Amino acid sequence: MLLCEDRIHPSRRAILGSAGALFAWSFIPKYAHAAGGRDPRFVAIILRGALDGLSAVAPIGDPGYAALREAIALSTSGDHPALPLDGFFALHPAMPNFARLYKAGQALVVHAAATGYRERSHFDGQDVLESGQPKVGLTQSGWLNRALAALPPGERIAQKGALGVGPIAPLVARGPAPVLGWAPQTLPRADDDLAMRVMDLYARKDQALARALSKGLETDKLATQSGMGDMKQQGGPADPQGMKMIAAGAAKLMAADTGPRVAALAFEGWDTHANEGAATGQLANRLGGLDSAFAEFESDLGPAWKDTIIAVITEFGRTARVNGTTGTDHGTGTVAFLVGGAVKGGRVVADWPGLAQGQLFEGRDLKPTTDVRAMLKGVMMDHLGLSAAILAEQVFPGTEQLAPMRGLVA
Amino acid sequence: MADRNSDARSIAALQRFGFGPRPGDLAALGGDALDAMRQIVRAKAVAEPTGDHLVSTPQALRELDEFRTEVQRKRAAAVALEEARQQQQAMQPPVGQPGQKVASIATPVPAINKPPPMAQIPQLIFRNEADARFRCAVEAQTGFAERLVWFWSNHFCVAVSKGQPNRVTAGSFEREAIRPHVFGKFADMLLAVEKHPAMLIYLDNRQSVGANSRAGARRGRGLNENLAREIMELHTLGVGGGYSQTDVTTLAKIITGWTVINQFDEDGELGEFRFNGNRHEPGDQTLLGKTYRDEGVKQGEKALIDIARHPSTALFIARKLARHFVADDPPQSLVDRLARTFRDTQGDLAAVSLALLDSKEALETPPMKLRSPQEFVVAAVRATGRKFDIGQALNVSRLMGHDLWNPSGPNGFGDAEAQWATPDGMKVRLDFASAIARQTPGSLNPSELLEQTIGPIVSTETRQAVARAESRPQGIALMLMSPEFQRR
Repeated sequence: MLLCEDRIHPSRRAILGSAGALFAWSFIPKYAHAAGGRDPRFVAIILRGALDGLSAVAPIGDPGYAALREAIALSTSGDHPALPLDGFFALHPAMPNFARLYKAGQALVVHAAATGYRERSHFDGQDVLESGQPKVGLTQSGWLNRALAALPPGERIAQKGALGVGPIAPLVARGPAPVLGWAPQTLPRADDDLAMRVMDLYARKDQALARALSKGLETDKLATQSGMGDMKQQGGPADPQGMKMIAAGAAKLMAADTGPRVAALAFEGWDTHANEGAATGQLANRLGGLDSAFAEFESDLGPAWKDTIIAVITEFGRTARVNGTTGTDHGTGTVAFLVGGAVKGGRVVADWPGLAQGQLFEGRDLKPTTDVRAMLKGVMMDHLGLSAAILAEQVFPGTEQLAPMRGLVA
Repeated sequence: MADRNSDARSIAALQRFGFGPRPGDLAALGGDALDAMRQIVRAKAVAEPTGDHLVSTPQALRELDEFRTEVQRKRAAAVALEEARQQQQAMQPPVGQPGQKVASIATPVPAINKPPPMAQIPQLIFRNEADARFRCAVEAQTGFAERLVWFWSNHFCVAVSKGQPNRVTAGSFEREAIRPHVFGKFADMLLAVEKHPAMLIYLDNRQSVGANSRAGARRGRGLNENLAREIMELHTLGVGGGYSQTDVTTLAKIITGWTVINQFDEDGELGEFRFNGNRHEPGDQTLLGKTYRDEGVKQGEKALIDIARHPSTALFIARKLARHFVADDPPQSLVDRLARTFRDTQGDLAAVSLALLDSKEALETPPMKLRSPQEFVVAAVRATGRKFDIGQALNVSRLMGHDLWNPSGPNGFGDAEAQWATPDGMKVRLDFASAIARQTPGSLNPSELLEQTIGPIVSTETRQAVARAESRPQGIALMLMSPEFQRR
């Protein structure tokens, strides 16, 4: 049946692999290393709604911070003290797992970061973030998918496709490379015979539906094999429990030997216009959910954790100054996180712009000094083995002038 | 003998503009579904949902308030009872058999901080609204008006995950702010939406305060620009529609004071719209190059009416409608015609709807749009004549990523193939088709059902696949999963 057609036969896979390596890939040193036994995993977590980077990783050493943030300013003293990172930056207290991994050299923060997008629409900001394109409107595929498509087809990481978690795969995972989909669900399963007949009809009449359904059936089979057949939904992607469960599901699929090596997840609810909260409150709850997701990946990936990098990114930041309703409006600079056994962590990477009025972007936002694409390019180069040229032309088009940030991978 | 071509045109219209045919619909419509839709537009006939306990927005918010007060009261009473019990126990030394004290400890202690079971008002209101809303679609004859209600409700979405006030008002918002204006003026719908408590709560404007207003000076509260931004970006002009960050801030100032009466307000009824002059930013404001005098609530109303008639709004709405009903990448000629109609009639949505029904492109473009999960659920119930179950409808819609009145952001649910033709989404569609087919009466013949519904437009392959199914439920599931049923 058609379900199996896009699974390459082992002997053919070997031929494709060696041909790819011979003609296009042999010059990349890390990739040769990868082929020599390393089996890297990469996860992109998109935080939808624009994370407040100044609350997630507070620049408590900046003289302007406390006055700008008023009631939502974090402090390293009090009932819920922020967790000191390096004397200048302190981590939100809802993120103890991140703090532990940071100490262990497996997590880092990139601060005052942004994509090239400078407006304040969530939806355009997310499109730019996920498409990896220089501007809005070019959103047919995502950078993560194109990165996979650019890898040699015989390689394990490319061949398994990108896992898009949730009923709607995040744009970052969509594109020419195979996309697997998984979400926790509770309906009784249709039987194999019906599935085969529907696939047969689609193969003859509707290729787009055939592609999607075959991938859905494939992932479902894998989920069942990984013991997740009865996973029940507990809260959605904006709920801390839901975040934890989604992470656990993705991690189990990625831990399986035949599972995907690359995944994209989206967590929601970061648009904190009103009553944002400080050390406790709505933002704290969500950061706690994100933090528990790190722990799920760490435990469920098992031995693969040492070869894993999770990149956490968001479409933009929030205003530096608290607004009239004890929240923050749409801003620009924010933080990105890298977490995982393959991260050279224990650092806050920042060219700190300062928070004095004259140092703010357009007088209202944390000024972005690091391009989040430089960070992602550095990770893809050193972790996945993509060349600078491929990254600049296919993955993040138009970024020839933006050097990959090296030294992020252990 | 029925004209096969005209039957096919009618079925295609019911698919494209409605929720697909029920057995017998074609005959009941006198053979011309498009004409029936035109009559509905001219008569401005939009259904009013009916059912148990559909209450107005103020009443829903009052009931929520009473519910919360009652929960708090019972919780406090339970705590007091438990304290009294412990006090009494401490005063009475244990007597009698040695086993007795153990037994008294083992007696179930009422869980403190957990309210005793009572009617869950927020869930009840939500479910009744959801049931009435889905039923309107299941029972509609052509379905065009209901599809437009769904379109506008998604365009001006609120999300129940914001909190209980939105959970209890999402349904009444659609009934009060959307339905009355589906064939009216866009500006009227816009005003109804932006002044509706559900929207003022969802996008935080109820808390926004002008910095120089009396309340702002007194309490040090200030502006929240969330609603103002989304009005221009998502509701009217569209991103790139010609506004700046300064315009966003200015509109936010203009609509300060647009709020909802809460339990602490002394005047008016809890849960109603209120213009609070104490919170309104004083002074004239210049928005998109035009100055609006400070006339209280009128300042904002006048600004919104101008934005509603802006050429960028006409184009933005025209493209969105064409994309929803015709193709992900709709013909430019169709977009232009709808935009022109919108501009020429100052946003008369009946005229725009007729222009859509009468457009050559709308009739001739092949069915390429994938039904949204909620549309698929309704179409499947209609085609199979199955008893409607709101619990199942809500559950499967959520599993397919289309949770009722709960999009992940104020841009609502996406409307393109990439949004819905996902691996997991298609897998859940298959599971749902299988489940609903198993629940239909065993006597239904799949091939007959196919002919009575989408028969005039299906391919030979689909007809054969249904005919060759190994069981009746399997044949029905195949019909529901067929490309002609999935697409419109």
